[in-house]
Amino acid sequence: MGDITQPLIPMARAGHAVLGGVALLTLGPLLAVALTAGGVGGLRAADWGAIRFTLLQALLSAGLSVGLAIPVARALVRRHFPLRAIFVTLLGAPFLLPVIVAVMGLLAVFGRAGILSDALAFLGLPRLEIFGLEGVLLAHVFLNLPLAVRLLLAGWQRIPAERMRLASALGFGRRAMWLHFELPLLRETVPGAFAAIFLICTTSFAVALILGGGPRATTVELAIFQAFRFDFDLGRAAALGVAQVGICLVAGLAVTRFALLRDMGTGLDRRLTDWPGLGMAARIADAVVIALVALFLLAPISILAARGLPELWNLPPSVWQAALRSLVLALASAVLAVASALAVAAMMVSRPTRALADGVAFLGLAVSPLVIGTGLFVILRPWVSPDAVALPVTGLVNALVSLPFILRGLRPALADAVQSQGRLAVSLGLSRFETWRLAILPRLRRAMGFGAGLAAALSAGDLGVVALFALGDRATLPLEMYRLLGTYRTDAAAGAALLLMALSLGLFWAFDRWGRSGDRA
Amino acid sequence: MRPFTFAAGIFALAFAQAGHADTPVLTIYTYESFVPDWGPGPVIEANFEDNCDCDLQWVAAGDGAALLARLRLEGNSTEADIVLGLDTNLTAAALETGLFAPHGISPDGLTLPLAWDDATFLPYDWGYFAFVHRADLPFVPGSFTELAASDLSIVIQDPRSSTPGLGLLMWVEAAYGDAAAGIWDGLSDNIATVTPGWSEAYGLFLEGEADMVLSYTTSPAYHLIAEDDPGFDSATFAEGHYLQVEVAGIVASTDVPDLAQDFMAFMLTSGFQDVIPTTNWMYPAASDNLPEGFETLAAPPSALLLPADDAAARRDAAIDTWATSLSR
Repeated sequence: MGDITQPLIPMARAGHAVLGGVALLTLGPLLAVALTAGGVGGLRAADWGAIRFTLLQALLSAGLSVGLAIPVARALVRRHFPLRAIFVTLLGAPFLLPVIVAVMGLLAVFGRAGILSDALAFLGLPRLEIFGLEGVLLAHVFLNLPLAVRLLLAGWQRIPAERMRLASALGFGRRAMWLHFELPLLRETVPGAFAAIFLICTTSFAVALILGGGPRATTVELAIFQAFRFDFDLGRAAALGVAQVGICLVAGLAVTRFALLRDMGTGLDRRLTDWPGLGMAARIADAVVIALVALFLLAPISILAARGLPELWNLPPSVWQAALRSLVLALASAVLAVASALAVAAMMVSRPTRALADGVAFLGLAVSPLVIGTGLFVILRPWVSPDAVALPVTGLVNALVSLPFILRGLRPALADAVQSQGRLAVSLGLSRFETWRLAILPRLRRAMGFGAGLAAALSAGDLGVVALFALGDRATLPLEMYRLLGTYRTDAAAGAALLLMALSLGLFWAFDRWGRSGDRA
Repeated sequence: MRPFTFAAGIFALAFAQAGHADTPVLTIYTYESFVPDWGPGPVIEANFEDNCDCDLQWVAAGDGAALLARLRLEGNSTEADIVLGLDTNLTAAALETGLFAPHGISPDGLTLPLAWDDATFLPYDWGYFAFVHRADLPFVPGSFTELAASDLSIVIQDPRSSTPGLGLLMWVEAAYGDAAAGIWDGLSDNIATVTPGWSEAYGLFLEGEADMVLSYTTSPAYHLIAEDDPGFDSATFAEGHYLQVEVAGIVASTDVPDLAQDFMAFMLTSGFQDVIPTTNWMYPAASDNLPEGFETLAAPPSALLLPADDAAARRDAAIDTWATSLSR
């Protein structure tokens, strides 16, 4: 007796079902597309170029995002300053924006007519030219750096305060802190963050194309789009989809190979205190890092907000209705995503067979939204009008996409909770229910809050996989914004974009705050 | 239990819509920007329903290419009675599916700049592709060669994902044929970037990221009429301007063929045509009744349009040429 993972068993069973569902919802559509085509087609010469470019930009984007996130997350852990919590929330904004909005914000700063170019021109210097691989990387870092920071921060926050005090008492210097705390932490969090961002970037196509400057920047996703829309070559689309899954599986295996889940030791859930061994130089360096990243991430967001604000009062009523619809969708998607992630985390913690599980959990990110959308359309149509279920399907697929992110935070938190509280719960003879309620769930609150916030915000901002599904007057806010953009109404679209940003961030902030409010002083 | 209430609501809504079994329902597939409150869809629907004792239902998904993809996936079991929103770059592929029936109408009074002779697809609006710029642009090129020789920057759409992008490709094909590669080589250093669709390109242009954007001669009319801003213009090219003709066709498997034909006839009357200029910002295909402001628009010297099957046959090679030139 005394198996401390025993209370996880029912949840872990549900976890198997969830992963089965994920596989079904991602590989199923891929299979459906292939079957409709009568087989997987061949790739063209140009497709290999697209695969190469996709891998190149995704590797560089993920490397840069995570590399830059390390000093930022570190600075945020070590420094405490007024409004830090709100700052951390705002940092999440770019990741939650619809791509086209983020690109417009970025161009307002870094574009030919952006404020940075204006400043350069004022100084008599040439204006910036960002279109090209550098533009793609700039945008992918802008979009994903905040996510990387949050994923790394979650790792840092697992250090029990007692250990930090011990380190302080032992007079740990920077080097000792690095060796004993930071390096092991990074070893654990970096591979997962890298893989997640790498995968996000492999299915990017609007950013890559717009900022890449043309056909040199063709990604697999664009090739899939072309295969579906203009060529109606489902076999080739399926082949490209299979290539994406292959990339995903390799990334999933790599994560398992490199990521080491370490026992961080147990503590009494106290909040982190001061970081030991921090000299003046390090303090200044941290402040500079925070200021720079704030400027980089918040300047475009601020410009977007300033542009949208005067338009808010003139938005067509349908935009407000769409916002309400998106809110409900986001909440539903968040609940579903967190519940699923909890089950999968329980499964991963109770029986460490993570290689396959990690790969499967990542599928939602790796399979092209176009393939999923088209495949689901084919699968659903014989049974139900796809248009009628478009919104539930959107919510479901959004939850699928959020799952791997939530897992990154939830799984270690659950492992810690079981490690630190499991024995006690067993020795006290707590029932499964009580173990969850008293010992486990309170320790997952932060990860669940963050996960739910992320899922809700992602869902609110996502245009959805349902391009073939008609929503009619049941449009979501991002779709309504695109409709405005597609009919010259750029100003109103700016208003809708601000509304969308506020909705996404508001949801994220509310959930995240709920998660943090469980922290004990 | 929100998600479930919500899902139930959606189902209820779907069934409520399908409920009125006695009134015939005309289902028209169209593209996304046709149906918003401020688009042509609602007014046209009201005008048609005034005289038909029927229920017109728009089903809007994506763009013209997405519509055709959806129809192909659905095949003969589609619920569509009419597909509205294909353009001449898509009609050859659409015809090839065998899913469309002849419209059976001999249209008089079409106001297209070219003769229209298609037994399956009937045009409802059209526009000239053109490079739109701010009126204060110091140098406005008068041809592709002048544009290529200039240091003006342009934003275009990707012909692999966008119908206007494909239109530009066909424009260069129609004007230059075998010499198209040379034009693309010349243009490649003018192209600031390529976007997946029209919205992104136009947005970048308004943002100031390029001097010109591939759009329509009618685009300045939006700014003039809806925004009271005369500050936009389009460049007139000596080679002539390629046409985008937007068409509708009756789906062969329709269960209301007479109603569908009624709609096709209605499409060429004022209840439809007069709505187009200031909602879809294109020229009506069967009306000379243009709102004030349209007389200020550029009038190209000639109209270019490749026959649909010709356009389809040349597409792949043209995309390769384009991609090769722009990748250098």
